[in-house]
Amino acid sequence: MAQHTFTVNGEIVTVDVADDVRLLWVLRDVLGYTGPKYGCGINVCKACTSHINGKAFNPCSVRVGDLEATDEVTTIEGLAATAPGDLHPMQEAWLERDVAQCGYCQPGQIMAAVALVHKVRAEGREITDADLDAIRNVCRCGTYNRIREAIRDGAARM
Amino acid sequence: MTTVPAQPARPDPQEAEQLLAQSPPDSPPGDGRRGLSRRGFLGYVVAGTTLAVAAELTTGARPAAAAVPSGPQVAEVFDLGDLQTRSALPTSQLITITLDGNGVAHFAIPRMEVGQGITTAAAMLIAEELDLPLDKVEVTLAPARPELVFNQLTGGSNTMESMYTPIRVAAAVARGRLLAAAATLLGAQVSSLTARSGVITDTAGGSATYGQLAALAASAQTVPVRVNLKSTSSFRVVGTPQNRVDARDAVTGRKKFTMDLAVPDALPTMVCRPPTLNGSARSVQNLPAVQAMPGVTDVVVVDTGVAVRAATFGQCIDAVRALEVTWNPGTVAGESDESVLRRLKAAELPMAVPKVPLLARTVDLRFEFMFRSSAALEPNCAIADVRAGRATVWAGLKSPIVAQRNIADALGLPQTSVKVNVVTGGGSFGHKLFGDAAIEAAKISKAMGKPVKLMWHRADEPRQGRTHPMATSRIRATLLGSDVLTFEQRHTSIQTDFSHGLGERLTAMAAELPAGLGNLGFAQSIFTLTQELPYDFGVVTQLLNEVDMGFNTGSMRNIYSPDVACANELFVDQLAKKLGKDPVAFRLEFLKNERVKACLRKVVEVGRWGRAMPAGTAQGIAVHSEYKGATAVLVEIDCRPETVNRTVRDAVTGPRVTKAVIAIDAGLVVNPRGLEAQMMGGVSDGIALALTSSNHLQDGHFLEASWDNYFYTRQWNIPPTFECIVMPSDRDLPGGAGEAGVAASVAATACAYARATGTVPTRFPVNHGTVSFTPKTFVPPVPASPTDGLSHTY
Ligand code: FES
Ligand code: FES
Repeated sequence: MAQHTFTVNGEIVTVDVADDVRLLWVLRDVLGYTGPKYGCGINVCKACTSHINGKAFNPCSVRVGDLEATDEVTTIEGLAATAPGDLHPMQEAWLERDVAQCGYCQPGQIMAAVALVHKVRAEGREITDADLDAIRNVCRCGTYNRIREAIRDGAARM
Repeated sequence: MTTVPAQPARPDPQEAEQLLAQSPPDSPPGDGRRGLSRRGFLGYVVAGTTLAVAAELTTGARPAAAAVPSGPQVAEVFDLGDLQTRSALPTSQLITITLDGNGVAHFAIPRMEVGQGITTAAAMLIAEELDLPLDKVEVTLAPARPELVFNQLTGGSNTMESMYTPIRVAAAVARGRLLAAAATLLGAQVSSLTARSGVITDTAGGSATYGQLAALAASAQTVPVRVNLKSTSSFRVVGTPQNRVDARDAVTGRKKFTMDLAVPDALPTMVCRPPTLNGSARSVQNLPAVQAMPGVTDVVVVDTGVAVRAATFGQCIDAVRALEVTWNPGTVAGESDESVLRRLKAAELPMAVPKVPLLARTVDLRFEFMFRSSAALEPNCAIADVRAGRATVWAGLKSPIVAQRNIADALGLPQTSVKVNVVTGGGSFGHKLFGDAAIEAAKISKAMGKPVKLMWHRADEPRQGRTHPMATSRIRATLLGSDVLTFEQRHTSIQTDFSHGLGERLTAMAAELPAGLGNLGFAQSIFTLTQELPYDFGVVTQLLNEVDMGFNTGSMRNIYSPDVACANELFVDQLAKKLGKDPVAFRLEFLKNERVKACLRKVVEVGRWGRAMPAGTAQGIAVHSEYKGATAVLVEIDCRPETVNRTVRDAVTGPRVTKAVIAIDAGLVVNPRGLEAQMMGGVSDGIALALTSSNHLQDGHFLEASWDNYFYTRQWNIPPTFECIVMPSDRDLPGGAGEAGVAASVAATACAYARATGTVPTRFPVNHGTVSFTPKTFVPPVPASPTDGLSHTY
């Protein structure tokens, strides 16, 4: 066992768990953040997508031992607090279009969407169809078209 | 009725009933059950300290016999939905709505929410009939209720059809009771009161909220009450687009699935599964070593493999990978796609073309449909806490009573000692009709003597989970001049497992079923109840034959229709071609049903059928009729090399559907927004079934182990343009929607592909011939989790 300290959704947490346990399980099974979902465990489905220091990443593929004390992890539960208002503008856009069906993929979809908007902004451009085509998050309920509309809408609100 | 209320302040229910009966009749007298008018029904006030109301679950169901004239195909007049709606009529089964002191109505629906939106639709019905705001209605999922016998099965897109009337009746009883209670409280006549948004007001300015009235309106006894339902034309909520009631929870990460539940001591548990389908563990070589791994608490051999319980799922994965197991072969050892196809071919029933004139031409085509995984994004999972003499289980279960019985059998407990909680599912698509994970979790919990939270690894799903069976469809038709004289279909399939409860329904109802149906084999009965050829093609026979080879199967959104419709509609295009007719003109000429024609005309108009398209691209069009509804889909597909050869890492690109237009007539629509969502999902499924998603069987096991192996539709496959048209309907009952969008979508995509490439595809999905990935290891059965996630941030 080893102690690991980092920040989750603005709170400093310390966990006692072996180095090589992937962060997804530390978040879900040890700390109780169940927003990030398991869909594959091998960085394919993207259901676990969260943010680290403001960038999208997949905690199923990161050893907890590789986190630094200064690392700030944001899960879907903490997204709203990163923007003014009750909800993050991307969540508002999601509600507006009633994107979710079963909802299982949606935390990951929203976290990926927010990161995508930040990324293209940093590149000084707008979201293109090619950007949307490149999103790898699986939605087995097939809400893909609503996701695309909501991302554009959310970007406009951000 | 002789009931006397316990407290004088409480209105006499008889009086309340009379008051209600005096309210102006808003419906013409009809031929409804029990001599009541068409919207007049019996409900109940249930004894309690706060208002509780109920209705029989079967209220409003059509008697089977009355619905079945002779002549047309069975499914046109009495379909799977009728079977399900009808099947529990002889028993007394109540659904109950309670109103609390905050004016919130609570309803535990005996169905399962898997994303299809039934909790939202049920809340809308209650809000409508009870004059409550939608956010004052809370719909939860009922645990297994064995007294409901056949009537707690979520499947066949039957929920809204079967629940529509009972929910409304119960809500109407509640409204009546609240009005009567308000009349007493306010000293007013019921006829002078108005109920609106959870508040009752009188003409003198007095008012009372439902919360204030909840206890006053309660009854000390359970008494029957006669109510009239609101007329469709006065609906304010039903028929308007509403967002899902759980939308906010979904976008904030608060929505809880089985894996998210915190049950004390139910530690993560996984199973090391055999390298071949349904194999079993003979011996474990390194049990003590695995037992001693970090976090691991228990390792036990069970019938499905070797179960591991640990502090985290990550440690379960490590332990599963470390286990050294000697395996017994599985149920399909040595079998492959080709060997299964040979078995199917050998089982195809012969055609028996009736006598046709000598000059008649024959058209003959045969299609093959590969195995497909019905797994949702949420993998199989269940929590089980088995103690001496009792057990509690939490899982996503569409047929919880059957699961409860199976769990009881597996544990050697009476069914009454097993509590089965139904948890909202992360998708189902037919997968959660079976209690596989719940039964397995219960066995493991018993073997370990501890609570467990069982999760299947993603790799386990396509490899060991249920699949839609491989099938072939052979069709022959004869043409004379411009007439179609005969149409014969022989559908041959690996056996579909119906042990989730539908089989029992059918057996119990055999005597009441339409002529002859009860005498058919079970699968043939289901086939007959679901298949309806919408065309007037003379002498039509559609027969099913099945082969049982030991696969784990089930229906997958839905049972036979996507494959049958794909075969039929491709065939119809070929008939049109033989007769030199446009596919739409030909269909309009031969379609029997006006609803189907209206949907077809709609997509022709909106999708601009026949517009000029560049070479290598084409439109395709298809129709489907099932669940008393109709759908038509028009797609445009791009099969040009520059599109087909797009590269996306670890993905199948291939032909792209660039536009999809779907028109649906689903009868009375409770929530058009929810219906549109179902159609979008149906199109997404249809595209995958036609083009990309299948399991490859080689040497007794399926190769797929990841979403990058099993190619369900992804963002790079979806049509950038999607449009759904909800057709106006004159039906006064909702039809099925959860599955309705798939069949015509797969068919339209296949038809478009045939027109764009000039070749009629005969094996589905069309890319099945290529294994577009490197299969993951079978020993160990699950891949290691990567560690390089921090180098892929964006
Ligand atoms: S669970 Fe992390 S990407 Fe699938
Ligand atoms: S909403 Fe169900 S998987 Fe996306």
